[in-house]
Amino acid sequence: MTLSNMNTQAWWRGLRIAITILLVIFLVAPMVIVVLISFSSAQFLTFPPPGFSLQWYRKLFSDPAWFDSLVASVEIVIPTGILATVIGTAAALGLARSDIPGKKIVTGLLMAPIVVPVIVIAAAIYGVFRIWNLNGTLSGFIIAHTVLTLPYVVSTVLASLQMVDERYEQAALTLGASPWIVFYRIVFPLILPGILSGLLFAMVISFDELVVSLFIGSPTFRPVTVQMWADVMGAVDPAIAAVGTLLFLFSLFVLVAEAVMRRAGIGSPLTGQS
Amino acid sequence: MTAAILELRDVRRSYDSVVAVDGVSVELAEGEFLSFLGPSGSGKTTTLQMIAGLVAPTSGEIFLKGQPLNPLPPYRRNIGVVFQNYALFPHMTVAKNIAFPLEMRHVPRDEIEQRVARALALVGLAQHGSRLPSQMSGGQQQRVALARAMVFEPPLLLMDEPLGALDKKLREQMQLEIKQLHRNLGMTIIYVTHDQEEALTMSDRIAVFNNGRIEQIGLPSEIYEHPNTRFVANFIGETNLFPGRVLEVADGYCRIDGGGLELRARNSGTIKKGANVYVAVRPERTLLSGPHTVAEADENSVTGTISETVYLGRSWKYVVKAGGTLVTAVQQIGSRLDTSFAIGDAVSLQWKIEDATAVYDPSA
Repeated sequence: MTLSNMNTQAWWRGLRIAITILLVIFLVAPMVIVVLISFSSAQFLTFPPPGFSLQWYRKLFSDPAWFDSLVASVEIVIPTGILATVIGTAAALGLARSDIPGKKIVTGLLMAPIVVPVIVIAAAIYGVFRIWNLNGTLSGFIIAHTVLTLPYVVSTVLASLQMVDERYEQAALTLGASPWIVFYRIVFPLILPGILSGLLFAMVISFDELVVSLFIGSPTFRPVTVQMWADVMGAVDPAIAAVGTLLFLFSLFVLVAEAVMRRAGIGSPLTGQS
Repeated sequence: MTAAILELRDVRRSYDSVVAVDGVSVELAEGEFLSFLGPSGSGKTTTLQMIAGLVAPTSGEIFLKGQPLNPLPPYRRNIGVVFQNYALFPHMTVAKNIAFPLEMRHVPRDEIEQRVARALALVGLAQHGSRLPSQMSGGQQQRVALARAMVFEPPLLLMDEPLGALDKKLREQMQLEIKQLHRNLGMTIIYVTHDQEEALTMSDRIAVFNNGRIEQIGLPSEIYEHPNTRFVANFIGETNLFPGRVLEVADGYCRIDGGGLELRARNSGTIKKGANVYVAVRPERTLLSGPHTVAEADENSVTGTISETVYLGRSWKYVVKAGGTLVTAVQQIGSRLDTSFAIGDAVSLQWKIEDATAVYDPSA
């Protein structure tokens, strides 16, 4: 290798690193600023903050408007996540492993919430819920968010089912395992990473959801995203940054959890060992 | 023959308009090693899957020890299956994999341990119980799959191209090991393969599949020496096929007009005068000699010129142009009649009429 050749290579390497660093700054800087402001001692949104304090976090947990909406979000997210995961996993299993007619149509319908504009879904759900008297109720939110998050569970579980050779199931059957035992001893452990990542996705999507929540929320029952939106419309104080930081931490936790699971991955002795 | 342990009666399976298995009937004796041999798409694997219960027959019946299998789901059939790519559960250790069928049968824990250890020892993997399948070589995984399918002592073991993914050397070694296990344990085995050599060396009997049917079933030597159809003659080993018309049928032999050559051959069964047939002759059953050799009374003889020579180590392979057809002749090196021939040599080629078989081509 010639010297000039090596120089060119070093130059390209430097450029690549520089571009990467710039991109990371571009992506991360806004979040860093939000986190910093959330610890601001000022009474309104300014940057840089004049000093640091935990007053906005204190406000979140003492102001009933903020606290109730945080509680409402948790009340919605957990049942939504579980419901979407159970239904989505069952649907994915059916779609991947059986020969039911109209499989394509069912898949299309399940995936529709990703494709159809959210505003259309929101208006439709609002209309139906008005007849059923579900607007502004916890069960209404759980149902609506389950519909919205289902496609994410179905697609992650379908993807992991496609990685699992159907012959494992056939082998288990010939070895004397009934279909139910085949599911919980063979299929479930193998697709567990996919199921968990579907669950986390569903929870993030639900926690983050605004448009549908705006339509079906009520002044007395609203998740934290709706409260944030209302707050931004009115008096803007660093409490919004504190909520933003909490949402950010939740997403970060999910991302890390996902990465850890991926590492554990299919084919590990993690499960199936008694 | 002792009572059949497995019986298939006119079993059929079609997918939409495609017929995969078109009326297979076969009986299997206890302790027998039967191969299903055929090209891919000939219905052998589908037949195996119907016995295992993974595919339901469109019609026909299957009996195991006299009990009808059709109403039983695969997990109630108690038949061992070794899959092509082993299908070892990737999230369980080797020992857990082998213990699985025993756990399904609610065998007590300490007995499971003993039987797993015994099965591992049997396939030469005594020290490997705690490994994961992904940490083992193909040959080792194959042994684990075998141990898992045998550990619950099924009355019947099905093997679907179990050595397909292994290299030639390992394959030959595994063939011997499977054969030994079969002999020592007295297991009844159905072995699916598309490798005719594998079928010939391992089997008690071979069923040759073609187009969803069994074209011929019999001892390996019968299949090899006395094929019943053109397909069987052609699929198993190398064969010379002379097309012709039957002039005369008598005493189990036929006289055939093979486009200028007058040939005599064994009647493979139901061949009648005037029929269009093929005369099948194995290359190693022919004898090459100088052009003026006089044929014996019980021999066919053709003359021609050498058009190709191939050295095979233990033998020479010659391609002889005789009239319009090419005939392959394999001559052992070191036999007393050993003479070498070169391209262009005029030769004559003889074979005993009992070594030639007249066969139909049912697919024509």
